[in-house]
Amino acid sequence: MYTGQRVKRVDARDKVTGRTRYTDDLCDRGAYIARVLHSTIANGRVIAIDTSEAEKVPGVVRVLTCFDLTEKHRFPTAGHPWSTDPAHQDVADRLILTDRVRFWGDDIAAVVAEDEVAAAQALRLIKVEYEEYPFVLDVQQAMEEGAPQLHEEYPNNILKHTQIRNGDYQKAIQEPGLTKVEGWYETPVVQHCHIENFICYAEAEGERIKVVSSTQIPHIVRRVVGQALGIDWGRVRVIKPYVGGGFGNKQDILYEPLCAWLSLRVGGHLVKLDVPREETFVSNRTRHSIRSHIVSWVRPDGTYAARKLEAFSDQGAYASHGHSICAKGAGAFPQLYPCENVEVDAYTVFTNKSVAGAMRGYGIPQAMWAVECHTEDVCAAIGADPLAFRRKNLMPVGYVDGFSKNEMYYDTFNQCLDKAMKAIDYDRKLKEYQNQTGDIRRGIGMAVFWYNTAVWPIALETSSCRMVLNQDGSFQVQVAETEIGQGADTAFAQMAADVVGVPLDKVHVVSCQDTDVTPFGTSAYASRQTYIAGFSIRQTGLMLKQRILEYAHTLTRMPVFNLDIAEGNIVRTTDGRVLMSLSELATEALYSLTDSRHITAEGTYQIKSNAYSLGCTLAEVEVDIPMCRAKLLNIVNCHDAGTLINPALAEAQVHGGMSMGIGFGLMERLIFDEKTGRPLNNNLLDYKLPTILDHPRLVAEFVENPEPTSAFGTKSLGEPPTCSPAPAIRNAIFHATGVALRETPANPYNLYRAFTAAGLIHDERQVAQDV
Amino acid sequence: MAKQYKLVRCTVNGKAREVMVDVRASLTDLLRNDFRLTSVKKGCEVGECGACNVIIDGECFNSCIYLAVWADGKDILTLEGLEGPNGELSDIQQAFIDEAAVQCGFCTPGVIMSAMEILNEGRELSDEEIRIRMSGHLCRCTGYENIFRAVKKTMMKRLEAKKGQ
Repeated sequence: MYTGQRVKRVDARDKVTGRTRYTDDLCDRGAYIARVLHSTIANGRVIAIDTSEAEKVPGVVRVLTCFDLTEKHRFPTAGHPWSTDPAHQDVADRLILTDRVRFWGDDIAAVVAEDEVAAAQALRLIKVEYEEYPFVLDVQQAMEEGAPQLHEEYPNNILKHTQIRNGDYQKAIQEPGLTKVEGWYETPVVQHCHIENFICYAEAEGERIKVVSSTQIPHIVRRVVGQALGIDWGRVRVIKPYVGGGFGNKQDILYEPLCAWLSLRVGGHLVKLDVPREETFVSNRTRHSIRSHIVSWVRPDGTYAARKLEAFSDQGAYASHGHSICAKGAGAFPQLYPCENVEVDAYTVFTNKSVAGAMRGYGIPQAMWAVECHTEDVCAAIGADPLAFRRKNLMPVGYVDGFSKNEMYYDTFNQCLDKAMKAIDYDRKLKEYQNQTGDIRRGIGMAVFWYNTAVWPIALETSSCRMVLNQDGSFQVQVAETEIGQGADTAFAQMAADVVGVPLDKVHVVSCQDTDVTPFGTSAYASRQTYIAGFSIRQTGLMLKQRILEYAHTLTRMPVFNLDIAEGNIVRTTDGRVLMSLSELATEALYSLTDSRHITAEGTYQIKSNAYSLGCTLAEVEVDIPMCRAKLLNIVNCHDAGTLINPALAEAQVHGGMSMGIGFGLMERLIFDEKTGRPLNNNLLDYKLPTILDHPRLVAEFVENPEPTSAFGTKSLGEPPTCSPAPAIRNAIFHATGVALRETPANPYNLYRAFTAAGLIHDERQVAQDV
Repeated sequence: MAKQYKLVRCTVNGKAREVMVDVRASLTDLLRNDFRLTSVKKGCEVGECGACNVIIDGECFNSCIYLAVWADGKDILTLEGLEGPNGELSDIQQAFIDEAAVQCGFCTPGVIMSAMEILNEGRELSDEEIRIRMSGHLCRCTGYENIFRAVKKTMMKRLEAKKGQ
């Protein structure tokens, strides 16, 4: 058995020797270089563009502007499965280049040049004349009457408003003896910061266009490039090499349509579009900033009588993944702490900021920030112990969500909390840190999280797999699920080896994907791949095995039902005798003069299930009150991701997710200038991404309850680790100082404002006490 | 402006090289474009992320903010230079595999070069010192946890081996 083992990554050797080819490493040096000209206003219209000076720069091939886009095909960018039902299709609000600009950084023109220097020089010489409109950056101000309107079709800038109404909230709050607890909680705009920036290149191949892209979703890119160019989707070929991280940003169509269009406008010549880091922050995608308002009515026995959530999700200028993000958090709200009377109003609202899309956790880090900060506030208000309160009120064993059919099969929350508490020595530290005084104080806090696996029943869940047997008994595995760094290929190889019955080194997972060759599927998002591909790998593996054994029957005369494959050999099960090696069989199959066969298997599995993936974070901090600094001393995540396919890689996933959660909790924030709408810290120096110095030892713990619906007992793990560190850190700071932060990150800027407002520090200057 | 070129003579991964370089080119450009040493990665091109780190005369540098012309007379080591002639991995490369310190792999080449610089000092660094020395790298996948383990384990192994001698 390889599943469950800490096998080494199948791609590790190439990655530690520098042999792995990413998009830029594959691009021919003869490629033209494309650069994008972005708007330098937050809202308005391009009146005119003067490219004459730019065109004079030696080495410039073409300068193309929004006015050269004669055929306007609006396209959606979200990396969602396409819906054949128009009512469920993503909002198509993007153009390859636009004259109607809606944020500082919108795409208005592009330069194609022979080299980077010429492209950069030409970019600076393009003169743009704008008609400027007022802009709005705040999500609730954008909803007000008279606010600047971004898209005509969406009055008050509301992309979507959804409601949940369970029970009778208004009646429930009349119950005598209830304590009302109310709070506002806000998360900032942050960015994915994968170390490989988005990059793609395109060239014509006959009547078709080939795009090589650092993407999580090649088959979706094919569809959207087709939509954006107004050509048949089969005329687009998309290739995905190794990817240097995605985290959801590359689960969006970024510049593939523009690059393809530019190539076609220069005669199909190879054009490369490598996005600089500064533009990645602004003109790719970001995480939605969400402002949440929660009201809870708590009974004297510490249970919820009624609850209400209003969430305002800042979409930025275009729809991208849109309301799905806020809706996911809204959907989690009634489930995590079940309560009979719940009202939820979730709004997704356009503002003149960078476009928000998918980012690791897909709305749940924002939702857990609000919900788990609020849980702590409730405990403080009623004098409850945060641990006991959670144990009493969290989703119980046997809970079933009617929509997703997800079921709480195990006592996961208590198991995870127990394990994490032990790992961090919670009880002792909790006692030790009571009643501290002085400037330096320590605290310990917790947060739980809710997550699920994949997108069924909201959208299509399908996985296709192909296996092709080679002469030596090894075989290729192709699935549409993509390796983007998480270790998917290794997990797939482990699964395939077990199902077919061969040594791990006999499985070759084809990592580089090509939509002309790779079976159809929708790829890397929703922490779905191990779960989803598991079904098709098991199904196709069994099919391949059956075909191998049928051929073995012709060679050995033994009945198929008495044959098996074990460790790469055909074995007679009745006495365990090895009849022949798979390699002998495979060679015979391909070269037999009497019965030659190309033994392959291929199939699609449509998945109609989903699974909870739950867990918690415990965090310990030391707060320097006068310095307004919070230092993370210890942190533990505990997850129930079902049976782990590869515990070593699972731990590594959790470390990375925790790191992103720590950045979200303590450091990261993309700032926009209120006077101009311009982003102010769109580089890796001013945007504070955690370094190794900002982390304590990261501890990843697991509770392995096998997931009954899963092909391998496993379920999601990619995104869950990011969901709970930030509120756990905030709750630890609350424990240390008594100050309940309303806004993440807990950086000196926010701590200063909160500590000043709480009277912990006194600044002689009058500061805005608006926290 | 007419392009200006300059002859640069340097050693790259043990091999003497002579090349005409555009005076504006960075060492990253030279290594990637002229020598096709694509382990040298571009993550920011302004010295913030560390993905392009290479060792120059024993010291680790961000090659993206090191002009190619400065490489004249220098001895440069990239990740490709760590492998033995028959594909043998160096101890630190093996440790990155064993400790699952590699995920997307994009920051890995630069990180390993900084680790090499530390390891080549042949002394024991405290955990805090290792963290400080590795803090010029940004990684979004690993949380640095397994990178730290790989570096520390390799350091301890080398020190053990040294003691045994």
